[in-house]
Amino acid sequence: MYKLLLCLRYLRTRYIALASIISVTLGVATMIVVNSVMAGFTTEMQNRIHGIIADVVIDSRSLEGMHDADWHMQQIEHMAGDRIAGMTATVTVPAMLSFQYGGEWITRQVQLIGIDEETQSNVSDFGRYLQHPENRRQMSFLLHEGGYDVRDHQTGPEAPERKQMNDAGWPHRRRVARAEQFNRQLRQSSRRSRQVPAAEAVSGDATPVAPLPDSVVAVSYEEESLYEEEPADPFAARGEPSDPFAAQRAETNQFDAATEQHTGCVLGIALSSFRTPDGEDRFLALPGDDVKLTFPTAGTPPKAISDNFTIVDFYESKMSEYDSSFVFVPIRKLQELRGMINPSSGIGMVTSIQIKLEPGTDGNAVRDKLRTAFPPELYSINTWRDKQGPLLAAVQMETAILNVLLFLIIAVAGFGILAIFLMIVIEKTRDIGILKSLGASGGGVMGIFLAYGLSLGIVGSGVGMAIGLLFVKYINEIADALGWIMGREVFSPDIYYFYKIPTIVNPMTIAWIVLGALAIAVLASVLPALRAALLHPVEALRYE
Amino acid sequence: MSEKLEELLSRRPRTGTEAIRRRQRAGSKSRVGPHLTLTPAVEDCKAKPDRTTAGNSNHLSAVNLARIYRKGELSIPVLRGVNLDVGRGEFLAIVGQSGSGKSTLLHLLGTLDAPDRGKVFFEGRRIDNLPSRNRDVLRNQRFGMIFQFYHLLPELTTLENVLAPLMIAHGTWGFFRHHRRFREVAAELLKMVGLGHRLKHKPRELSGGEMQRAAIARALVAGPDLLLADEPTGNLDRDTGEEIIRILRTLNRGQNLTIVMVTHDLAVAAQADRTVRLVDGRIE
Repeated sequence: MYKLLLCLRYLRTRYIALASIISVTLGVATMIVVNSVMAGFTTEMQNRIHGIIADVVIDSRSLEGMHDADWHMQQIEHMAGDRIAGMTATVTVPAMLSFQYGGEWITRQVQLIGIDEETQSNVSDFGRYLQHPENRRQMSFLLHEGGYDVRDHQTGPEAPERKQMNDAGWPHRRRVARAEQFNRQLRQSSRRSRQVPAAEAVSGDATPVAPLPDSVVAVSYEEESLYEEEPADPFAARGEPSDPFAAQRAETNQFDAATEQHTGCVLGIALSSFRTPDGEDRFLALPGDDVKLTFPTAGTPPKAISDNFTIVDFYESKMSEYDSSFVFVPIRKLQELRGMINPSSGIGMVTSIQIKLEPGTDGNAVRDKLRTAFPPELYSINTWRDKQGPLLAAVQMETAILNVLLFLIIAVAGFGILAIFLMIVIEKTRDIGILKSLGASGGGVMGIFLAYGLSLGIVGSGVGMAIGLLFVKYINEIADALGWIMGREVFSPDIYYFYKIPTIVNPMTIAWIVLGALAIAVLASVLPALRAALLHPVEALRYE
Repeated sequence: MSEKLEELLSRRPRTGTEAIRRRQRAGSKSRVGPHLTLTPAVEDCKAKPDRTTAGNSNHLSAVNLARIYRKGELSIPVLRGVNLDVGRGEFLAIVGQSGSGKSTLLHLLGTLDAPDRGKVFFEGRRIDNLPSRNRDVLRNQRFGMIFQFYHLLPELTTLENVLAPLMIAHGTWGFFRHHRRFREVAAELLKMVGLGHRLKHKPRELSGGEMQRAAIARALVAGPDLLLADEPTGNLDRDTGEEIIRILRTLNRGQNLTIVMVTHDLAVAAQADRTVRLVDGRIE
C-alpha cells in the first residue's frame, strides 16, 4: 500500500521525472508512425506487384520461347492441378513504341507482352487496372465507342479529372482520321495549284516547294475542332497516285482509319501521358490513336519488324516501373508477326506461363515442385515474391534499420530515466531509512521505485501511442500542412502514384513497441531501485 | 499538558494489529485474514525461547554488545561490551555525551543495525541474528521508534504518516479492507497527542513539537510493546520537550509501555524511572 501511495506522491511532486520520459514518448510516437507508413507502403506495393505478376511464373530462358504452351500447361496441371486456380501463356519481347504527337515521332523502349485477353485476368489483376469499365469486366482488344474513365477509378472522386479522356475511343479516332483526310486533300490541291508555277520557276524558287515534310500531317486539336461540323462519314481515303505517302503504303490504301482499327494494344499509362505539377494527367496519345511497334522476330539472328496497332485502353497499375514500360497486344498476333507459329501444326511458342494458385497455397512449394520437373537450364521458375525480391527486401531492410535506430532513441531515453531516478533515490535516502525503520523490507522499497518506473513508462508510452496514432490518422492533413508551411509538397503524387499516404496500423506492432518502451523504463529503474533496497537503514537515517 | 489528555492517553485503545492479535490469542472468531497475524517465523521464535536466558523476566536486554565502525584501516570501537536489562514497563533513560555511542546502542536494540559482538534479547528471545524479514516485522509490529529529527515522510499528510506502519504491515488489499478502522485508530491517536486538527497537514506545515507528537502517534499505531526514543527532545525548546516527555511518561504509566530513551539532557533523563550512563562505550 505504502508503495503505491509513495509512488503516486513522487509522481505528482517530481515533474523532472516526467521530463525524462518525453524522449520515450517521442520515440514511441515516431516508431508507430514509421511502422504504420512503412507497412502501408509495403502492403500497397505488394498488392500492386502481385496484381501484375502471377503467383508463379515459368519463363523460358530463350527469347524464342518454349514450344507448345498447351503441353506445358498439361504437365503443370498434372503436377499441381489441385492447387492451381488459373493459367495463361504470354509472349514477352523487348520492343520500341513509336507514336506521333504534335508532328514529332515519339519513340519509347517498352516491354511488349502478348496476352490471351480471355484468360489474362484469371491470373492477375490485369483487368482491374484498365480504364474502360467494359474492359475491366472482360478484356477485349476492340476499340470502344467512348465511355472511358474520366476520373481514375482506383483513387475515387478526389482524383483530378482527365478531360482528354472524355472523347477517347472511336470519336477521337474519327476526328483524327477526318483531320488527316482534310489535310491530305489540302496538300494535294495546293500541290496541283503550285505544280505549274513550280515548273516554270527558276531553279532557286524550287526549294521551298520541295516535298512536304511529314510534320504537316499532324494537326493540333484546336485546329481539328474547326472541322467538327463536317459530315460524320467523310470521304473514303482514296490514295491518289501522285501522293508519295499513299504510294509508300499501297496495301493500306483500302484501310479507312475512321471506321477500322489496327490490332488493338493496351499501353502502360505513363508511356503516353505525363503528370503536371498540379497533379493533372496530360495525354500524348489517347485510345483510338495508332502507334507503331517494332520488335525482333524469333529465330537467329533476330530481325526487326514493325506493325501498326491501335490503342484500345490504358493500363494503370500505379507502379511507375510497369506503367511506363508495358504494352499488351494479343498473343496470337504477336506470335504470327514474330514467326512463332509452326506452319504445319499451327502451334505457337510462348515465352512464359503465368500460374495463379488457389488462395492459401504455398507458392514456394509449387515453385519447388515445378523446378524439379522443368530443367533449370531452359526454364526459370519464380514466385512473384522472387521476382520482386530485391525491392521488397529493400523496403524490409529499411523498416528494420529505422526500427533499430528509433529503438535506440528509446534506449537513450532509458539512460535519462536511470540518471534522474538515481537522483531521486539519493534525494529520498532519508525517507528510505525511515521506511526501513518502520519495518519496510528492502523488496518493498525496491517496489516503490520499480512501480515508479513502470508508471512513468506507462504514461510515456501511452501518450506516445496516442500521439503516434493521431499522427497516423491525420498524416495526410499533416503532410499538407507541412507542405503549405515549407512551400513544397512533402508527399508528391508524381513520385509514388498515390494521392494519399497509405498507412496500416498493426496492433501487434504497436503492442511490441509499447511493451519495449515499458521494459526499457522498468529496466532503467532497476538499478536505482536496487540501490534504494540495499541502503543501510542507519546510514540512510543519518543522511543529510 | 491538560489533565484530559493524560486521561485520554491512559486509556489508549488497544489498537490496530495489536487488538487483532489479542483477539486471535483469545481464540475469538473474528473475521480477520491471515495477513494480520505475525509471520510464522516470529511465532517460531516465540515457541522456542533461547535457553541461555531462561527465566529472565527482562523485556529487553543486551549482553556484551560491541560495535566497531571501520573506515579503511582505521577501526573505531563505539560500543565495547554493553550489558543492559530493561524490565517490562520500565522507563529507562540512557545518557552520555555526544559520540558516546547512545544512538548506536539504540539502533542495535531496535535491530536497525547488527552488533559485531554480543546479543540482544527481546522477551527472552535472541533477536539480533534474526533474518532481515523477521526483524522488519519486529520493528513494524513490536517496536515503536521516535527520532530527534522526527523523520516524518514529507510527501504524506500527518494522518498518512501515522498510517504508514499499518500500510507496511498489510498489503494493498488488506489495508483497503480495514482502512476505515485503521483511519479511525490513527485519527484517535493523533487526537490523543493533540493533533486532531492537523490530520491533512503536511509535515512541513507543522511545528517541531507537533511533528514529534505525530511521530509518537506513528510509533504507537501498530500497538507496540516497546518504544525506542532517540533524543526525542533534542531539537525542541524546553517547554515543548517537557510536553513530549510528559506524553511518554503518561504512556509508560497508563499502558505499561516499556520505553528506552536516549538523551544528553540530564533534566529530561530525570523524568525516567532509571538512568544509566554510557561512557566510552560501556555502561558506567
